[in-house]
Amino acid sequence: MEVWVIKTVTTGEIVETVARLCMEANYYLGDDVIRAFENSLKEELSLTGKDILKQLLMNAKIAAEDQVPMCQDTGFAVVFLELGQEVRIAGGNLYDAINEGVRKGYTGGFLRKSIVDHPLNRVNTGDNTPAVIHTRVVPGDKLKITLAPKGGGSENMSALRMLKPAEGLEGVKKFVIDTVRAAGPNPCPPMVVGVGIGGTFEKCALLAKEALLRELGKPSPLPDIAAIEKELLEKINALGIGPQGLGGRTTALAVHIEIYPCHIASLPVAVNINCHAARHKEAVL
Amino acid sequence: MPQIKLSTPLSDEVVENLRIGQKVLLNGLLYTGRDAAHKKMIELLDQGKPLPIDVKGQVIYYVGPSPAKPGQIIGSAGPTTSGRMDSYAPRLIALGLKGMIGKGKRSPEVIKAMKQHKAVYFAAVGGAAALISRSIKKCRVIAYPELGPEAIHELYVENFPVIVANDTLGGDLYEEGMKIYAVK
Ligand code: SF4
Repeated sequence: MEVWVIKTVTTGEIVETVARLCMEANYYLGDDVIRAFENSLKEELSLTGKDILKQLLMNAKIAAEDQVPMCQDTGFAVVFLELGQEVRIAGGNLYDAINEGVRKGYTGGFLRKSIVDHPLNRVNTGDNTPAVIHTRVVPGDKLKITLAPKGGGSENMSALRMLKPAEGLEGVKKFVIDTVRAAGPNPCPPMVVGVGIGGTFEKCALLAKEALLRELGKPSPLPDIAAIEKELLEKINALGIGPQGLGGRTTALAVHIEIYPCHIASLPVAVNINCHAARHKEAVL
Repeated sequence: MPQIKLSTPLSDEVVENLRIGQKVLLNGLLYTGRDAAHKKMIELLDQGKPLPIDVKGQVIYYVGPSPAKPGQIIGSAGPTTSGRMDSYAPRLIALGLKGMIGKGKRSPEVIKAMKQHKAVYFAAVGGAAALISRSIKKCRVIAYPELGPEAIHELYVENFPVIVANDTLGGDLYEEGMKIYAVK
């Protein structure tokens, strides 16, 4: 006889966890990003570029010490859920609980409210809701919540193209580099470049966003993809855009690529640009 | 790199001596303003009415801070993208505005106006918002309170760190800097 163990997670726990993650993500820059700043500081040739990297290191320290947002644009609350299929949510609707957590985190944490209710009428919702929520159902009895606040400056410079399969790897590389060149100073370089290759139109965009969640500097487990990541990072840093676009060799801290099978007729490529405020925090319930 | 300390208001002479790439620490009063406040100011000028602030010799900081915590003077206050103010800036520069602080490139029209009327554009580090807010010592709303965080605030700053990105000779650090460091 099979024994079913169902784990219960309450919406109350979810609200509290999301609220805490909103604040932590905005106050505490990840150690991986700080290490990347420190490494870039050693390599950067431009004195202005070095000064900027030093300011960013100092900024991260102040934000953590004072528990204030590292950037005033505290972003769209993008939430990734990995919902174990043996988890039962008690106390209400899961997505309502996520939004309640965002409301609580952004209000109580003195984070900026940057969301408008309608893309054309544009009235601020006043509490940074709704969140953008991506859910994956996975084996197990845990609920993993990742909160990745996304700033407008860098999101606006992101792009997606449906390439012809014949354009191949060269076409992919060209599109990534052209997108970064066109972004220039706007996404507050040094940036993190998330790339999705394959899937369908929407899957590709999601892959690019998920690529931003990987620990900085950790290469793809696929050797051929890791080699492309390395080559693209070198080429992007050779553009000369530099910190804040004022010239230098630190244009990107990392290029992360995620791939997925695709249709015989398609080669989708998405480039999701993140700024140096590469924020994400996670919790497992 | 040597740093130049400047106090606002800025004179033509001071502004004309600045060159792209110089590090500057700003002191004194600055005004804040972004899209909504600029739009209102230009509407007043179109109607032949006076502005709520005299921009002569002044510096405008493009910023929309996060809310202040209890006890804080201002929340995190890094620069916003300046390009959104490009269509308004030449009018204010013609009225004697001497400096703008923001992030990102300016349009050829703004660069031309800076050259013609002697004004500069300073880049502040985008995303260094917690650091910058430490240099802001006083903050009060002086026009358009109905705009909330977008209202025009008067800031008193000490050693606010910026970099000269466009000077009165038409120099553009975004262009020049990239050229120097691009691998041919
Ligand atoms: S692009 Fe990033 S660092 Fe720059 S202002 Fe926006 S959120 Fe902040």
